[in-house]
Amino acid sequence: MTIVGLTGDEAVAYAVKQSKVDIVAAYPITPQTIMVERFSKYVADGEVQTGYVCVESEHSALSACVGASLTGARVFTATASQGLALMHEMLYIASGLRCPIVMGVANRALSAPINIHGDHSDMMGSRDSGWVQIYAENAQEAYDWTIMAFKIAEDNDVQLPVSMNLDGFIISHCMEGVDLLEDEAVNRFLQTRKPLFTIDPEKPITVGALCFTDYYFEFKRQQVEAMQNVSGVLDRVCKEYRGVSGRNYGALETFGMEDAEAAIICLGSTAGTAREVARKLRAQGKKVGVVKLWLYRPFPIEEVSAALKRVKALAVFDKAISFGAPYGALCSDVVSALHTLKEEPKILNVVYGLGGRDITPSDIELVFNEALDTAKLGIVKEKAMFLGVRE
Amino acid sequence: MVTLKELSAEELFASGHRLCAGCGEGIINRMTMKALRGPTVIVAATGCSEVATTIYPFTSWRIPWAHVAFENAAAVASGIVEAYNAMARRGAWDKKVDVIAMAGDGGTYDIGIQALSGALERGHDFLYICYDNEAYMNTGIQRSGATPHGAETTTSPAGNVIPGKPEWKKDLIGICAAHGIEYAATASPAYWNDCIMKVRKGIEVNGPAVIDVLSPCPLGWRHDSARSIEMVRLAVETRYFPIYEFERGKYKLNLNISKPKPVEEFLKLQGRFGHLFKPTYRKNVIDEIQQNVDANWNRILKLCAN
Repeated sequence: MTIVGLTGDEAVAYAVKQSKVDIVAAYPITPQTIMVERFSKYVADGEVQTGYVCVESEHSALSACVGASLTGARVFTATASQGLALMHEMLYIASGLRCPIVMGVANRALSAPINIHGDHSDMMGSRDSGWVQIYAENAQEAYDWTIMAFKIAEDNDVQLPVSMNLDGFIISHCMEGVDLLEDEAVNRFLQTRKPLFTIDPEKPITVGALCFTDYYFEFKRQQVEAMQNVSGVLDRVCKEYRGVSGRNYGALETFGMEDAEAAIICLGSTAGTAREVARKLRAQGKKVGVVKLWLYRPFPIEEVSAALKRVKALAVFDKAISFGAPYGALCSDVVSALHTLKEEPKILNVVYGLGGRDITPSDIELVFNEALDTAKLGIVKEKAMFLGVRE
Repeated sequence: MVTLKELSAEELFASGHRLCAGCGEGIINRMTMKALRGPTVIVAATGCSEVATTIYPFTSWRIPWAHVAFENAAAVASGIVEAYNAMARRGAWDKKVDVIAMAGDGGTYDIGIQALSGALERGHDFLYICYDNEAYMNTGIQRSGATPHGAETTTSPAGNVIPGKPEWKKDLIGICAAHGIEYAATASPAYWNDCIMKVRKGIEVNGPAVIDVLSPCPLGWRHDSARSIEMVRLAVETRYFPIYEFERGKYKLNLNISKPKPVEEFLKLQGRFGHLFKPTYRKNVIDEIQQNVDANWNRILKLCAN
């Protein structure tokens, strides 16, 4: 194992290189671009045998990926923000045709007004598109999850596309030490894709047929089944990856949850800041904890309920707005997951960081204290809070 | 040229599909299958041929066929071509596979032109066939960039003020040729030999090739379904739809029409132009169309002379 200084985007590109993909079809967009720039250099230098398709739009990027995936090839693409929005139609088709494509998404705000910085509006807007969604906290996780993503996507019980999300700029552009696996270790872990079906002229099949009222529903039902299978497959893949890398992964990661009275649940890089603040507060005797979701789709209902069943108050951090909805997307999912608990925690929804607005340790400390107050009083003073905005 | 005897008797496009009687697309599909040289994959855009030949759990296709969306047949084909190449590089694939994308004029002239342009620029080795029935027929006859001037569609209705579509048809072959590709051509199923030879040529070209095939649509053109082939023959005989090709930078006229029939003979058999004849005879519009036909023919002759 070697520790190398890489940005999140570079770490993903390196993982894709080691994953021996057949096709990368992508279109540049900030803050994803470094992924495909680095990868195209690997192609130009002959370090990989991958076919790099420089498409003319993100819509065509995912279209080319679907075509390539149907041949049985291993396929990667990357995007962000407007690019993901332009792919929207194809997201549903990639999952509906059961193409195990892996996509790096350097999460970025959606226009208007136009903004290039990080928030989760892009992927949250695609949460019903049938893609498995994983969120990384740092460059190391982005690297590890990219390799694992291929194995999860291509599993016979899954056969679904996976998005590997990393916070725009905060992870995509920040250089960190990343512990890289040897190529040989990745080869042993991943092997080549063994597709269930392909468009082979020797065994002709029709893909993408028209399904009316008599069959469409059954296809969708099968996709639900595949999504449900992700959980078990992910556990197995994480366990195997632990054997290769020594690093522990799963649907979520907790900190201080064994005795926490108040907790924060969030996705991505914010978890690191929240953990540092929690560590400080716990040293002061305050019982706080953090739950970081690695897996957002399928939503790990049981793991989330198990992690949160003892807390009295919970702050759910949403880095996107769901206009007109009861809560932000993550909060709505958490509320749904917890409603079967005998004693539900009091829930505070914190919308933060839109358009890349910084979230500081003092912001998080304020929320922890608010949550501790809520736990003590048993009353939610403010159901939804916009953290760090000028009102 | 090819003789009927030389064509394969094997029908890779099966009967029993649900295209309308007299539809050009079924004929084009069948002719395309007769022109194959080996293992082939078809990529279909959303459209009549897609919805009428692959109603789950049935299919008319005896070779691999994939439909992904409306506007992206060329992009999907790009991915397939490059995936086979990539898998061949790592020794996981050893067959030469021809890839043919098939899309209507809506999926080609309009919503798919960006994906087509991108694929032509990148130079993938595939053939793109446009079923050109000059409107969005699958959604119920709306005007497209391929709909001719004066034609009535549901979104270019013949009104009291505007007599059908005001704009003229796009020059698809010119657009494709401007990408510097090796081969682009027009074809009419009335000339089956020319049509099949062009499909074969398009397959054999090393790089992208485009064929725009005029496809009669009894429903949208509103003509007698028994006269479909006659319609696309008349389109050629009136010089309304010139049959020519662009090969390695040179234009060539494949069917010289030395004594053209007036375009009116083509127009008057179709309900989409009916408002030009009844209740009042709109000579000015018919003359405009005739002038455009003449100008386009002369433009193509000039291109072919160079």
